[in-house]
Amino acid sequence: MFTALIFYMFSAIVVGAGVMVISARNPVNSVLWLILAFFNSAGLFLLLGAEFLAMVLVVVYVGAVAVLFLFVVMMLDINQVQFREGFLQYLPTGALIAVVLLVELLAMVGGWAFAPDVEALIRAPTPTIDQATNIVALGKLIYTNYVYMFQASGLILLVAMIGTILLTHRSRTGVRKQVIADQVARTAKSAVLRKVQSGRGI
Amino acid sequence: MVDLLAGLLPPFVWRLIVIVVQIVAIVLPLLIAVAYLTYAERKVIGAMQLRKGPNTVGPLGLLQPMADGLKLFVKETVLPTNSNPVIFIGAPMLTFFLALVAWAVIPFDQGMVLADINVGILYIFAISSMGVYGIVMAGWASNSKYAFLGGLRSAAQMVSYEVSIGFVLISVLLTVGSLNLSDVVLAQKKMWFIIPHLPMFFIFLISGLAETNRSPFDLPEAEAELVAGYNVEYSAMAFALFFLGEYANMLLMGAMTSILFLGGWLPLFDIAPFNMIPGPLWLFLKICFVMFIFLWVRATFPRYRYDQLMRLGWKVFLPFSLIWLVLTASVLTAFGWLPNQG
Repeated sequence: MFTALIFYMFSAIVVGAGVMVISARNPVNSVLWLILAFFNSAGLFLLLGAEFLAMVLVVVYVGAVAVLFLFVVMMLDINQVQFREGFLQYLPTGALIAVVLLVELLAMVGGWAFAPDVEALIRAPTPTIDQATNIVALGKLIYTNYVYMFQASGLILLVAMIGTILLTHRSRTGVRKQVIADQVARTAKSAVLRKVQSGRGI
Repeated sequence: MVDLLAGLLPPFVWRLIVIVVQIVAIVLPLLIAVAYLTYAERKVIGAMQLRKGPNTVGPLGLLQPMADGLKLFVKETVLPTNSNPVIFIGAPMLTFFLALVAWAVIPFDQGMVLADINVGILYIFAISSMGVYGIVMAGWASNSKYAFLGGLRSAAQMVSYEVSIGFVLISVLLTVGSLNLSDVVLAQKKMWFIIPHLPMFFIFLISGLAETNRSPFDLPEAEAELVAGYNVEYSAMAFALFFLGEYANMLLMGAMTSILFLGGWLPLFDIAPFNMIPGPLWLFLKICFVMFIFLWVRATFPRYRYDQLMRLGWKVFLPFSLIWLVLTASVLTAFGWLPNQG
């Protein structure tokens, strides 16, 4: 009973925060609501007994991704009236995506109801909770059966990272940069020493 | 008496009471420790600069932190005109809350821990990665240039150094084979991790300085350029909450360093005069040692330039800790020292 109450609290906050993300007038407030939604989703994971996923959600999404969001959004000079202008124009597209997602979710639930052994199949490779904590279980799965997929996802991230650097990097000329190696390599001989006469300057 | 009380109340309520008492037993000493950390800071830096430090309020100036706290308590909280009041007030509360809530998983002795969860390290990492929000929100909500710049600097700085802290944590937990902080301490019974992981100890300590915005990485509150950084618009209790949160975070960093590298509650040597000292006292002494290093650094080093700070984080610490992680994994596999858990 108590767990159910906490579940409804977390999910109500997630849904409420999600609504606020798209309805808040100020984009910074939107990001803050998004963070609240992330945090409460982590709570839902905890209730499921997936404490590793919960912590990773907080570390990655709240601790890194949303910080960068906030960082960018704060520095934008957004005209809030203009920001709202295209709202009705984008509404049909948004609704379409929402319908697609809803149908997919319903299909999932349907699969659950019509094929009761699906759950057993999903659970088959994972040991029960009293044999191993879910970090150990997850590690044993990822690094054995799914090691190629794990490596592939790592490679995709690497490519994305290199692509981002390539797209945003521009070499500027005429910028003074500190080259630490050059500084350290200097000797007394290569240093420039000048005698300054008093009252003259250089 | 206790049994009688336990019989009267429903078990759920009784557990709640026990947990609340435990929380108070952690938070109260923590706040006193924060107060006396500020005193120690002024005394230590005073001694290093050949001054006396606070010496007027109470014997040896021991009541000075209380006087400071009282002063902040009775002052007026000012809300800047064009600020965002909810976020402006919420930011210091968030900072303070996060600084306290991380202590839930710190083990003070064998079994002496509020929440003995099996993802303790990740929990600390998650909470400390959220600490940046208090500062960014404060900087933005103040609607002031200096505060905003301070907030932005802090966000970039904390995110950068968290990455290398993460790799240090992974190196340690590879050697332990568990994310539970009690297991981390117990794994150091034979040898403290400062010996095999000495370079990581220094990286963790320096990243800790950057993570808690301490000198020489205190750019978010650089007086010379930003007046006081993100907290420039804050006064009275709101400022006090930032201050308390910041120092509680420092103590947390000290506790984490002690637990990860200095053997937590374990004595220096497991022989007669050393193992008679109780575990929590050992942890306290180790935290004091790390805190002294923090203060020592503040009295010794000038502030980093911002680009140098970023260079140190991304181009020195990150590759080095990554290489060390690979090295740790290789050595553990090559010698068959991998911990076998689960």
